[in-house]
Amino acid sequence: MGRVEGKVAFITGAARGQGRSHAIRLAQEGADIIAVDIAEGIPSIERYYPGATEEDLAETVRQIEALDRRIVATKADVRDYDALKAALDDGVAQLGHVDIVSANAGVFAFGDKTQEVTEQDWQDVIDINETGVWHTCKAVIPHLIDQGTGGSLILTSSTAGLKGTPNVAAYTASKHAVVGIMRTLALELAQYSVRVNTVHPTGVATDMILNEAAWKLFLPDVAHPTREQAAEVFASTNALPIPWVDPVDISNAVLFLASDEARYVTGTELKIDAGYTIK
Amino acid sequence: MGRVEGKVAFITGAARGQGRSHAIRLAQEGADIIAVDLLEAIPGAPYAAATQEDLDETVRQVEALDRRIVASKADVRDYEGLKKALDDGVAELGRLDIVSANAGISTQMAPTDELTEDMWQNMIDTNLTGVWHTAKAAIPHLKAGGRGGAIILTSSEAGIKGYANIAHYVSAKHGVVGLMRTLAIELAPDMIRVNSIHPTQVDTDMIMNEATYRLFAPNLENPTREDFAPASQATNTLPIPWVEAVDISNAVLFLASDEARYVTGVPLPVDAGCFLK
Repeated sequence: MGRVEGKVAFITGAARGQGRSHAIRLAQEGADIIAVDIAEGIPSIERYYPGATEEDLAETVRQIEALDRRIVATKADVRDYDALKAALDDGVAQLGHVDIVSANAGVFAFGDKTQEVTEQDWQDVIDINETGVWHTCKAVIPHLIDQGTGGSLILTSSTAGLKGTPNVAAYTASKHAVVGIMRTLALELAQYSVRVNTVHPTGVATDMILNEAAWKLFLPDVAHPTREQAAEVFASTNALPIPWVDPVDISNAVLFLASDEARYVTGTELKIDAGYTIK
Repeated sequence: MGRVEGKVAFITGAARGQGRSHAIRLAQEGADIIAVDLLEAIPGAPYAAATQEDLDETVRQVEALDRRIVASKADVRDYEGLKKALDDGVAELGRLDIVSANAGISTQMAPTDELTEDMWQNMIDTNLTGVWHTAKAAIPHLKAGGRGGAIILTSSEAGIKGYANIAHYVSAKHGVVGLMRTLAIELAPDMIRVNSIHPTQVDTDMIMNEATYRLFAPNLENPTREDFAPASQATNTLPIPWVEAVDISNAVLFLASDEARYVTGVPLPVDAGCFLK
């Protein structure tokens, strides 16, 4: 008996990285999956790292089906509420219900002083990381209330949702806002036994941070920092002697919060941060 | 394969309530247990003390799961006695991986200026110094094992919020958070993780007694469990009056397991949204 057996999870940003990992981990424990991803590059972000592809999303589908679970995967942008809602509604129509939500889709833009961030860069980050999370919740809440069987929303924030980070203004602001959405929704939805929590990862070993641009944020004086140099400086930001965590570490926290083991956990900021925020 | 298979957990206050529940839940997932409990009344505690029969029942339930358990009578206020109980357990079971500093009391309430010296001291000695003693005794074993470890300190909603008329309890439980944050930094180089848990009201003997009922329903002469329920529920966001011991155990299990291998320094509420209100 899986820990989320028979439940259906809606996951945004599911083509790769943490989102794919969440889909696999929840499917391993018995959930079916409704997956969405923009599955294309975002111009203002591509100077940092490439966007996910339709092939990435197809690989997520393949891995879920290999676990004998069902998955409905759709190319959809969290900034486009109607498209996101259509993708979710279609998934619920096919899979019968939705119980778990992982608002995971997000982008990382960084490196500019706050007064030098362009209007476009600011707006893209806020639209995806903040408004996209709201859209995700907005689309799913009517399903959860109608079903009357409770539910669990897990919003992906960041250590930057709890602490300031120089030269990462839009991202830090957007991830703090996710905490505000979480705290508000936890109060609004408690009467329906719908729980709402955030997860706060330190650096996670995904394409979003395993790139030279991200490493230069920490090593501005090095022309072409290596992964080894980056690991050393990333480790110095954590209390535990590790440079970054793996996607599955976040997935295990999502699984805990999604499962009935956490049936009375709501309004909580759960850090998976190797002690980053207590240093 | 259990989620803490082959590990050994040290649990204080294990005769009943949350402590017994933690022992059973961890044993269900493959851990052996070193259990201690005072088995005596602490002056001022407004409920009956745990008994030898209670601790025997914990032993019986863990052994029924085909796990091993070393159970001793020990007082968390007595460092030497506590250390000996732990050392004996580690000698018998071969290792130590998980620590649940769970032993704690509640006492009669009073406005802060009316708390007696004894009420204050008994509380701090048990709920804060006892937690320090537990960690102090366990840390050398965890470090010697060289495999990291997980220390879970039981704080309370009163570790992150104030409550009128229980200043001693609130102070002790806030102190536990300070201890957790300090230990998390000190022990991180050894991959030993330290986190605290913050339950709302839990359905155990420590809560289900007239003193607690009065704290929540101060205007009633003889409040009952039924009177307590709506007042208790009013503190929570989710529409429930209290949580069960197993809900805390599931959080302990998560933090104890390798699923949380990079979670440290976290105060984890299991509080039905109490903190939000």
